Amino acid sequence: MLEFHNVTKRYNNGKFAVNNLNLKIKKGEFICFIGPSGCGKTTTMKMVNRLIDITDGSILVDGKDIKDQDPVALRRSIGYVIQQIGLMPHMTIKENIVLVGTLLKWTKEKKEERARELLKLVDLPEEYLDKYPHELSGGQQQRIGVLRALAANPPLILMDEPFGALDPITRDSLQEEFKKLQRELNKTIVFVTHDMDEAIKLADRIVIMREGEIVQIDTPDEILRNPANEFVEEFLGKERLIQGRPDVTTVGQIMNSTPVTVQTGTTLKSAISTMRDKRVDSLLITDSDNVLKGYLDIEAINLNYKKANQVEEVMETKLYSVFQDSLLSDTVRKILRHGAQYVPVVDDQHRLVGIVTRATLATLVYDTIWGDGTELEEIISVAE
Amino acid sequence: MMDFFAVHGNELIIKTWEHLYISVAAILLGVVVAIPLGILLSRVPNFADKFISFIGILQTIPSLAILAFFIPFLGVGKIPAILALFFYSLLPILRNTYIGVRDVDKSVIEAGKGMGMSNLQSIIKVEFPMSLPVIMAGVRLSTVYLIGWATLAAFIGGGGLGDFIFDGLNLYQPSLIIAGTVPATVLALISDRFLAIIEKRLTPEGLKKSYEAA
Repeated sequence: MLEFHNVTKRYNNGKFAVNNLNLKIKKGEFICFIGPSGCGKTTTMKMVNRLIDITDGSILVDGKDIKDQDPVALRRSIGYVIQQIGLMPHMTIKENIVLVGTLLKWTKEKKEERARELLKLVDLPEEYLDKYPHELSGGQQQRIGVLRALAANPPLILMDEPFGALDPITRDSLQEEFKKLQRELNKTIVFVTHDMDEAIKLADRIVIMREGEIVQIDTPDEILRNPANEFVEEFLGKERLIQGRPDVTTVGQIMNSTPVTVQTGTTLKSAISTMRDKRVDSLLITDSDNVLKGYLDIEAINLNYKKANQVEEVMETKLYSVFQDSLLSDTVRKILRHGAQYVPVVDDQHRLVGIVTRATLATLVYDTIWGDGTELEEIISVAE
Repeated sequence: MMDFFAVHGNELIIKTWEHLYISVAAILLGVVVAIPLGILLSRVPNFADKFISFIGILQTIPSLAILAFFIPFLGVGKIPAILALFFYSLLPILRNTYIGVRDVDKSVIEAGKGMGMSNLQSIIKVEFPMSLPVIMAGVRLSTVYLIGWATLAAFIGGGGLGDFIFDGLNLYQPSLIIAGTVPATVLALISDRFLAIIEKRLTPEGLKKSYEAA
């Protein structure tokens, strides 16, 4: 859909704004360019619709070199949204939305219809069509700004920090709205931002740039897990890395590796005494190879004490367990969803290796929120 | 008073018409030349500042002197008078056009360009309508000045209300001076109001309200 081949922008004073950039963007992909100011992210974006000329290399849109196309026609075929919104103050909302249509000489009916159609996408009432930009709030104005870019149904949309000037609450709701819209319409988006949270939230892939060069291209998850170098780490910030880490923490790292167990063949009587000794109300039952078979709790013993003799006769075999190397976040979800008190942890041969209890999670949460994070840092150091 | 009108009534109407004719012709010429020039200048801001200062210096030449200078080239009569006045109308219109266009919100222009507006479309659809209030202010200002200055046209035989004033001065007849001055003032006031109405008509709806809000 969009390809950069050795794209270079050099200014007259010999300074590189963008240096030898190579990138391929698939159709329907949401790409965020991010980096400190002056890293060339905006320049890269503006080269696509030729607002800035390329010094060397080529950019292909749908396989066609943009240098061979008329810049005015090219721009009409690419959506463009800017931070300052830039609605025409002397035109009504309707005229603003279908501005590209006007340039393309659409009929009046077609413009009218398209404007109504688009306005519905963002849940604004039709009366807004005849209002002027200054009568709208900032958030509403930028919604119109986005609609304007969508008007001629371009497959590719360029966005230059479109939500940067909005207040945090409006920004949040617009981001969500826009992400939803993008999935529905399946547009290819090139989105420039300096807000990492925004990039993580919206992007399919993030392109991190520095001094005109690409430092890392990856999915948000992958960047959080494996920052390419110190610069990326610093750019992400410690907080985000720590927030990102629980995702990479495996169950094995936080589990209690000495669960209370009894083997199959144990009598109920001795099981009860084990419970009493270890001060627990349920037991995990394993066979001689340490393979998890089931569990037994105090109520089951109580009910069947007279009838049964051995633990395997009364044990509950339906048991949720997790693998040692599965992610902590999934486990937490499992524990919470099933309302289980604990989840046994097994290895790939289904042998019991440990247990995660609610107490373990409570400790983790406590340390993350109130503690100095010692426990978490331990986990991280283990992970590293 | 009645006697004066009985004697000079006809002449007064003719002179007022001449006066209006000279001024309007000069202003129209000024508008036709200065607005495109101002827009053009906004494309070359480095040169524009120098150019406008240069025109500003030229305009400090006393108007009487300019009229006199033109006589060897253009002779006397209405045409040289109109040309001299046109020269004076340039600066306010030119400067306001240049400033008006220059100060149009850059983000709006960029958005337009990014949407695929050609240079000409950008001027016609964005820059000109948005700077219109400022341009019109320049036109109004120069109209009011020009109607005052047009009295000097009489000096080189251009006619107009200046004839009354000069006659009055030569003949020591205050009534003639007043007969020249009052209509000129009234003319200036009326044209100012008239242009104000036009300005309001021409100002795009969306801008009007934002100006009121601001």
